Amino acid sequence: MTKHNFRSNTLPSVIMVGPVVLWLVFFIAIPLLYVAVMSFCSIDESYNIVFRFTTVNYKRLCDINYVQIYGQSILIAVLTTIVCILLAYPFSFLIARTTSKSKAFLYMLVIIPFWTNSLIRIYGWRTFLGTSGWLNMLLMKIGLVDSPVNMLFKRGTTVLGMVYCLFPYMVLPLYTAIEKLDKSLLEASSDLGAKGPQTFFRVILPLTSSGIFSGSIMVFIPTLGYFFVSDILGGGNSDVIGNLIERQFQSGNNWPLGAALSIILIVITLLLVKLYQKCGGDMESLGV
Amino acid sequence: MMDKNVIVSIKNVNKIYGGENHVVKDLNLDVYEGEFLTLLGSSGCGKTTTLRMIAGFEEITSGSITVEGEDIANKEPFERNVNTVFQSYALFPHMTIYDNVAYGLKMKKTSKEEIAKRVPEMLDLVQLGGFEKRYPSQLSGGQKQRVAIARALINRPRVLLLDEPLGALDLKLRKQMQLELKRLQRRLNITFIYVTHDQEEALSMSDRIAIMNNGVLEQVDVPEKIYEEPQTQFVATFIGETNIFEGCIESINGNNVGITLESGSVTAQTDRQFECGELVILSIRPERIRYSESPVEGFNLRGKIKEQVYVGSVLKTIIVLPNGHEVRLERLAGQKIPVSGDVYVYWAPSDIKVIHSDSNNIFKALDNIVLG
Repeated sequence: MTKHNFRSNTLPSVIMVGPVVLWLVFFIAIPLLYVAVMSFCSIDESYNIVFRFTTVNYKRLCDINYVQIYGQSILIAVLTTIVCILLAYPFSFLIARTTSKSKAFLYMLVIIPFWTNSLIRIYGWRTFLGTSGWLNMLLMKIGLVDSPVNMLFKRGTTVLGMVYCLFPYMVLPLYTAIEKLDKSLLEASSDLGAKGPQTFFRVILPLTSSGIFSGSIMVFIPTLGYFFVSDILGGGNSDVIGNLIERQFQSGNNWPLGAALSIILIVITLLLVKLYQKCGGDMESLGV
Repeated sequence: MMDKNVIVSIKNVNKIYGGENHVVKDLNLDVYEGEFLTLLGSSGCGKTTTLRMIAGFEEITSGSITVEGEDIANKEPFERNVNTVFQSYALFPHMTIYDNVAYGLKMKKTSKEEIAKRVPEMLDLVQLGGFEKRYPSQLSGGQKQRVAIARALINRPRVLLLDEPLGALDLKLRKQMQLELKRLQRRLNITFIYVTHDQEEALSMSDRIAIMNNGVLEQVDVPEKIYEEPQTQFVATFIGETNIFEGCIESINGNNVGITLESGSVTAQTDRQFECGELVILSIRPERIRYSESPVEGFNLRGKIKEQVYVGSVLKTIIVLPNGHEVRLERLAGQKIPVSGDVYVYWAPSDIKVIHSDSNNIFKALDNIVLG
């Protein structure tokens, strides 16, 4: 009886769920479908899209030049992820374990850069690292080098930029995982005769591996697509898949090929997330 | 106890947090080999801090702790030959029960064969044989506690520290585990230092009880003495139900003292030193108080019976004194007792405990001077 009353007091489900469904359909499902359809379209001599079915776009994806860039993307993504883990782990540990006052401050250090456009920040790096940039000026002033060092347009510079952009995505899940770690487990480990490194590798690391895992996913996947970082800092010498896609839609003006590349990127992402789930990863810690 | 070896010796230990929070105050305590010693007190009395200092999780502000004659101040927890059973169990959630119990042995680089032999033995001892492959999340609270105990005991520590290990269990399981712990301790002959706030638990399990209050050790003694011969007002009121009277020593005749209370005068027997005119606290258990309709020699304490409650094994009686103070009595049920009317309250003089009053510091100071 009361159950019935309760039901009749709420809005009909169409009104409750309708807007969300419409949003999802118009802004996610239809565009995605459009990309998928376009990836099977052809272009004519003047680069106009023709709705004629073809698989030529996908065949071109196997071109050796493209395959090289996939490999390079993955290499850059792996390096970025590893550097992020190495930097973010001690940092997250610090935030999670310090007293409340400095904790808020350290946390803000991670969050503040979020408030500035990442494109601007990456340009900042370019100015900083350029041959007439501050870093070179400083190095010359203290006499470490005689002439400016060319630091831009290298793979390492791209990785640096990627790490810089994606570092917070590694810190947040790691922080959550380390925060959850029960302090008495560390005491128990020490009590049972384990020294610091033994406690770290046998207790701390296994119990925070979920954080490392979800952080890695959240760094690895965007790295494949962050074309502006490799554009600005890598100068075309360290392209990722994102650069290929961007080029087809811009200078290349071959939208169907760009669409096919996008589909590949989406497939790679889905496969990685599937793998993450298979390994027992928690979807919630990815923010899904 | 005199012939036993001291295994843990705590000397003048203080613990101060942040320069002002004085948690443990000048603690002196010797723990004997093979005994079951309980640190008893309400929360915040410093008992857990004391235990954590022995384990090495808290630094000692001043004083020293020795285990087997060796100062442990500069030893890390992993270098100390003591093990801890945590209140929260602190089992490693990512390891099987086997790996949890084997952890300490692995750290000591014990051979695989020996680990494979000792872990099942230890699990059998805590009646968890066959649970090797399970994970902590698959066990009940009581089972987790057994694993925690097995994980600590397998290292054959000289001293086992237990921090309210049964606190999270329900009453029935707690009673059962109390007996099991006691049995284990007797069988393995390991020194147990056990922290609890449950006085019944302390009384039923311990060889000796150390009662702490506000960081101060109030009394260390066997359970019977703690109950029968409380040294301080806190111990008298903390352990069991008791009746407290405030009075003044009127006369001293050998061990017999006459004491004036607000509502009358009474007699007590004590082997402690008092002075005439000294303020004292009297403590007597409900089951030791008697009453009669006619006056008893040495006593002049009259009251009215307010209430009688029959609770099965005993009959509880409340008598109100003229100043409004209520006296609680218990006697075995079954006897017919006249209800209502005036009665005389009395007791066997040796049943009442006379304690120096906390509230009279002048007399305390005097005592110290007199006793040197």
